[in-house]
Amino acid sequence: MIRDITLGQFFPGHSLLHRADPRIKIILSILYIVLVFLADSVSGYLFLVLFTALLIAISGIPVSTLVKSLKPLLFIVLFTSVINVFWNREGELLVSFWKIAIYTGGVFTAVFMTVRIMMLLLGTGVILTYTTSPIALTDAMERLLSPLKVLHIPVHDFAMMMTIALRFIPTLLEETDKIMNAQKARGADFSTGSLGQRAKALIPVLIPLFISAFRRADELAVAMESRCYRGGKGRTRMTSLHLHALDFVLLFGLALAGAGIVLCNRFVPIYAI
Amino acid sequence: MAETIIKTEKLCFEYEKNEGEEKTQVLRSLDLTVERGSFVAVLGHNGSGKSTLAKVLNLLVTPTSGKVWLFGKEINEETMTEDELYEIRRRVGMVFQNPDNQLVATIVEEDVAFGPENIGVEPSEIRRRVDEALETVGMTAFARHSPHQLSGGQKQRVAIAGILALRPEIIVFDESTAMLDPMGRREVLDTIRKLNRDNGTTILMITHYMDEAIDADRVIVLDDGRIVLDGTPREVFSHVEEVRAAGLDVPQITELTYRLGLSGTPITAEEGADAIEALITNRQERN
Repeated sequence: MIRDITLGQFFPGHSLLHRADPRIKIILSILYIVLVFLADSVSGYLFLVLFTALLIAISGIPVSTLVKSLKPLLFIVLFTSVINVFWNREGELLVSFWKIAIYTGGVFTAVFMTVRIMMLLLGTGVILTYTTSPIALTDAMERLLSPLKVLHIPVHDFAMMMTIALRFIPTLLEETDKIMNAQKARGADFSTGSLGQRAKALIPVLIPLFISAFRRADELAVAMESRCYRGGKGRTRMTSLHLHALDFVLLFGLALAGAGIVLCNRFVPIYAI
Repeated sequence: MAETIIKTEKLCFEYEKNEGEEKTQVLRSLDLTVERGSFVAVLGHNGSGKSTLAKVLNLLVTPTSGKVWLFGKEINEETMTEDELYEIRRRVGMVFQNPDNQLVATIVEEDVAFGPENIGVEPSEIRRRVDEALETVGMTAFARHSPHQLSGGQKQRVAIAGILALRPEIIVFDESTAMLDPMGRREVLDTIRKLNRDNGTTILMITHYMDEAIDADRVIVLDDGRIVLDGTPREVFSHVEEVRAAGLDVPQITELTYRLGLSGTPITAEEGADAIEALITNRQERN
């Protein structure tokens, strides 16, 4: 039950995208976002969709998994589409009855927005969140942001906090389960009653959980100190990340796609906004 | 006479439980000498000061008064540089009670690497130490596992590997078997014995399981911050009344022969069996 909650969206695999350096993947996904906003014509968008489809194919993530991840966005997509369709008065008039008028500009913008949001989610998903384990992601963030240490931003400390959080999520979930069972054994009821009653029933679960989390934090701090931990000072790492040819190929591929979109926008501007 | 690795003189530690209240005395003028390569079991009931003693040796707490020598040097925290402090912490490893609360990383081998990473060891050397430490505790097959997939005994062995990777000369086990099932306890105890025997690591094992103490070279019984008994397991457990007065029990077999009024102090099951067999044949002969 409660233990089944999956951590992040990581989907283990051995595709090219899985094997790429996580630092490069972070940079790639930022560049990808730029790419999405570069597209502003039908041909540009088509190119973008094809490119994203290629990325999905490379990643080997099942399409059904990806479709599921889009579901929570349905409302936002519908909402922005409706707003655009009815309020954008550019282009030619398509339909008009009573006070409602739909223009071509509205329809195109609505479609573009929908595609844009979907591509943003799918693209960054397959480049980064689906193909990178949370721990690799944290590690990459620390290394990428390490120049900020010059400005006295505690990059290492944030990364350490993330790592510890990831480490303790399963432990705390297990503990929640135990406490809930202990409360159930004494007659607690978590599944019936109004929402307010159920929320109240959780208080006796949360309090012991918090107390135990603080105790754990205290013990962990002592254990870390006894293992010579003193922040990022003078610290080395066992695994050092190295850039491989693959990483440069991926960067080059993304640059090519960017060029493709710009060219499409410029030379085949079927409907440019 | 072997080299003295730990020495304390009139070691005291006290703290105020609540503001303004009378201070709680945890350690009262403790004198202790431990030789390099020995396996010492420290026994005591809850609140006898045994965990505090461990933390003093790892420089996690500062004694209120008294002197401590580690590796032949007197510890003076005021004049000590930070590097010296961490060097002592590296040489005195510590394994705690709850295996969950000492593992930092989400992957076993990365956790083992945590210590050497902290002291700035070269990456290739860290790799070597991690492999070696996992090999020693028999956890090589689990190197890429996540700690929450492991049993208590396995987690505790990973924690030991994490300490071994720092290459300590003394390892203090602070009730490291208390939360484990019998299987896990056995795994951890076998590992501890192996470290003492094969690597010559000095072991200070804090426990309240009497049966674990019988393997030690020396047993120290603490009560109310004082050493009340000190000697080989056999010597210590022959003082059944004193051990009881310290709030502890002697091993079951020792208890049995004591109640039977037999002379000698058997501490292992085999010795106990022999003693009882002798008793029976003795009776039969008399009849």
